[in-house]
Amino acid sequence: MQHLISILIKAIFVENVIFAFFLGMCSFLAVSKKINTAFGLGLAVIFVMVLTTPLNYLIMNYMLKEGALSFIHPSLASVDLTFLSFILFISVIAGAVQLVEMIIEKSLPALYGALGIFLPLITVNCSILGTSLFMQEREYNMAETTVFSLGSGIGFFLAIVLLASIRERLRYSNIPAPLQGLGIAMIITGLMALAFLSFSGIQL
Amino acid sequence: MSTETATPQEKKAEPLFSKKNIKTIKDPLDDNNPITVQVLGICSALAVTVQVKPAMIMSLGVVFVMAFANLITSLIRKSIPNRVRIIVQLIIIATLVTVVDQFLKAFMFDVSKELSVFVGLIITNCIVMGRLEAFALAQKPWPSLLDGIGNAAGYGLILVVVAVFREFFGSGSLFGIQLVPQWAYDMGYENNGLMVLPPAALFVIGVYIWVQRSRNPKLNNVS
Repeated sequence: MQHLISILIKAIFVENVIFAFFLGMCSFLAVSKKINTAFGLGLAVIFVMVLTTPLNYLIMNYMLKEGALSFIHPSLASVDLTFLSFILFISVIAGAVQLVEMIIEKSLPALYGALGIFLPLITVNCSILGTSLFMQEREYNMAETTVFSLGSGIGFFLAIVLLASIRERLRYSNIPAPLQGLGIAMIITGLMALAFLSFSGIQL
Repeated sequence: MSTETATPQEKKAEPLFSKKNIKTIKDPLDDNNPITVQVLGICSALAVTVQVKPAMIMSLGVVFVMAFANLITSLIRKSIPNRVRIIVQLIIIATLVTVVDQFLKAFMFDVSKELSVFVGLIITNCIVMGRLEAFALAQKPWPSLLDGIGNAAGYGLILVVVAVFREFFGSGSLFGIQLVPQWAYDMGYENNGLMVLPPAALFVIGVYIWVQRSRNPKLNNVS
C-alpha cells in the first residue's frame, strides 16, 4: 500500500509529466489562457489517462509480450509482438477518446459543451501516450499502472490549472512586446519547473 | 495554425524547385517555425536536448517520419474518408515511427536507450499531425514532401540550437568532446548545473522566441 502511495506522489510531484518530461506541452501552452477551459481539459485528461493506460497494460501483457499468446496455442509461445505496441497503443487511445466523447455527448451534454473541442484533441496529447510508454518501460503491474496513470493525470491537471491562473494575472503586467504570449509562457513554465524540482529531494 | 492552407489551385507543369516550393521548404526554418511560431511539437522535444547527439538523431528521426507521412498522406488524400482521417493519419505515423524505433534499436542501441520513450512520442508530436491536417491533406505529393522536410528541419534547428547551449554551458562539451579546457576549471570555472536540468530548455527556448520576435516584429502577438 505504501509502495502505491509513493508511486502516486512521485507521479504527481517529483516526476510531473509537464515539468519533468515536457509531455503534453502543446495543449498545456495552447489551452492555458483561461482557468475554466484549463480545468475542463485537466479533468478530461485525468479521465482518459486512467481509462487507457490500464487498457494498454492488458494489451501489452496479454497480447504483445513474448509468450503472451500461448493461451491460444502452445506453438505461439515464442511470438513476440512488442514492436506493434506503438500502433496498438495509439489506436486504443484514439478509440477510447472517441468512445468517451460519444458517451459524454449522450449522457452529460453540459459537460460535453464545456469540454468541446478539447476532447478529440486529447488523442494527440503526448502525456497520454507517454504514460503508456513509461508503464511499458518501467514494467509496472496492474495496480501500479492504475495508480501511476491517476498520478500522471492529476499532475497534468495541477500544472495546467496553475499556469492558467498565473497567465490570467499576467494580463495586467507590462511585458516587452516580443516576449508576450508564448515567450513569457515558456519562461514561466521553466520557473514553475524549477519550483517543482524542489520535490525531488523527497525520499520515497 | 498556418497561413498556406488556403493556397489556390496550382498551375500545371511547375518546375521542381520553383520559387513557391523553395518558400515551402524555407519558411518553416524561421518565419513560420513549427516550434516558436506555430507552437507545435514542443512536447517530445525538450527532454532530448541535454546533449547534441541525441538531439540530432531525434531530429533526423522526425525528418524521416514527417517527410514520408506527408508524402503518403498526400498520395492517398483523395481516398481517405473525412470522418476517419485522424485514425488513418495516426496509423501512417505510428508505422513510420515503428520503423525508426526498430532501426535505432538495431543499429544504435545506446542512443535508443537514451531517447527511451521519446522516439515513440514522435507519434503524438503535434507537428506531424498538424502539418498533415494543414498541408498534406490538401496539396500535391511533391510540395507536401518539401513541407514535411522543411518543418522537420525547422524543428530540428531549434532542437540543435537548444542542445548546443545546454551541452556547452552544462557540461563544457559538444558532441561529447570536451571543449572547455582543464586549466579553465583549475582557475575556478564551473559548469552551469542548471543547464542540465529540464527547466533550462524552457528558458533557452523562451529567450530564443524573444530574440526572434524582436528581430522580426510581425511575429508579435501570433499566440
